[in-house]
Amino acid sequence: MALKRVRFTFPEGLITEPVIYRMGHEFNVVTSVRMADVDFDTGWVILEIEGDPSEIARSLDWAEASGVRVDPVTGDVLEG
Amino acid sequence: MSNAASLRCRECGRDYPLAAIHVCDFCFGPLEVRYDYERVKRNVSRQSIENGPTSLWRYREFLPCDSDEPIDIGAGFTPLLRAKNLGKALGLNNLYIKNDTANPTWSFKDRVVSIAATRARELGYEKLACASTGNLANSVSAHAAASGMSAVVFIPEDLEAAKVLGSSIYAPTLVKVRGNYDAVNRLCAELAGSYNWGFVNVNVRPYYSEGSKTLGFEVAEQLGWRAPDHCVVPIASGSLFVKIRKGLEELAQVGLIDEPKTRMSGAQASGCSPVAAAWEAGSLNFRPQRPKTIAKSLAIGNPADGYYSLVQLRETNGSCGNVSDDEIIEGMKLLAETEGVFAETAGGVTVASLKQLVDRGDIHPDETTVAFITGAGFKTADAVVESLAPPLVVDATMESFENAFNEPQPVGANA
Repeated sequence: MALKRVRFTFPEGLITEPVIYRMGHEFNVVTSVRMADVDFDTGWVILEIEGDPSEIARSLDWAEASGVRVDPVTGDVLEG
Repeated sequence: MSNAASLRCRECGRDYPLAAIHVCDFCFGPLEVRYDYERVKRNVSRQSIENGPTSLWRYREFLPCDSDEPIDIGAGFTPLLRAKNLGKALGLNNLYIKNDTANPTWSFKDRVVSIAATRARELGYEKLACASTGNLANSVSAHAAASGMSAVVFIPEDLEAAKVLGSSIYAPTLVKVRGNYDAVNRLCAELAGSYNWGFVNVNVRPYYSEGSKTLGFEVAEQLGWRAPDHCVVPIASGSLFVKIRKGLEELAQVGLIDEPKTRMSGAQASGCSPVAAAWEAGSLNFRPQRPKTIAKSLAIGNPADGYYSLVQLRETNGSCGNVSDDEIIEGMKLLAETEGVFAETAGGVTVASLKQLVDRGDIHPDETTVAFITGAGFKTADAVVESLAPPLVVDATMESFENAFNEPQPVGANA
């Protein structure tokens, strides 16, 4: 089992969609919202995801394919 | 022993030991080094600093490293140039250029890496690592070589040859990662959590970022122990932007300068402008972007200190430039042609933003203004080469020379 922390950023079209709920049902991962700021046209959520590493990776690929931006919780690691 | 007392969460204020950690376990806020300023005050004076080495280690009382022999390849104490010609071109009467192209690997990253490498060695790491589009990779590779540590450096696959060379000459393990910036970020975040390496801007980040405040120390010292009225700073992760102010405030806290009232303004490229866009929208929440700009050293779409940069812009009555790739090239040329400084594209962003801020009336002509030039132009030569005037080509005769010399010259190679 592994634990991963990520930051989801939702575009306007996904604000009303239950993306995190669906992710928890479609993949064998446990999600925990640790921090969030969701407005009417955008929003971000810091999420802890627990599960098998490959299942976590699949769930994040699915979230990205659904239109969510997925980032490391501390911001970009890549620097100039 | 250093004067560092603990790591403290910038959000919730919880204290942590001075270990290789960078995020608060409770609120995910960034950790920052906290110092015993009473002790700093007892140990430091203007004279003691002036008698120190001509590198950033002259400010060691303000730095989080214990070692008597830091990893020092000469980073810092770069020239502060009185930029009369550029000032005249822009309508500024008291303009200075902080020329950080004069660092050992030609960028300000030597400041942060000198401290990160020293602290990583103190924490027991034998290997340094980073993920970079150029400058950071160059600096980590050089500092590792000089210290006898090994280095693993991750770069995007499509990085320019000059930047790859600037790392590979120091013989690190250089890893090209296929995929876009998001893919590189994701892989490197995972690696940083999996390998026991000193990832300079991840697990060693609280120490690493302290290097940037030495720019604030130097500018104040070089101005005769006073803070400037206005700083214009390129924003990538935002760490440099917020730490320059921290440097000025620390000097005031221990009585070396008067309380700074410095206005802090930022500079971003339109192709990667999460902070500038939020600033223009009047928001403290930035939206991550996918970078597309020639200013690759500023191409951070999800800046770790983006929020704090926006807070600082607001607190100091600053402003933020947002300039196109064409303006960046014009900025690079203007700086070179007026002050003899060949900056990389990030320097073009700073100069173009400076011009934009002046045009908008956001900088008063008489303010003592410092523009921070953070990297040298040869690293990004491809960006300007097409826009420069070609050389005269002549036969080896006086007549041929005079014919060519007296002919009106085009402005720019392709003009």
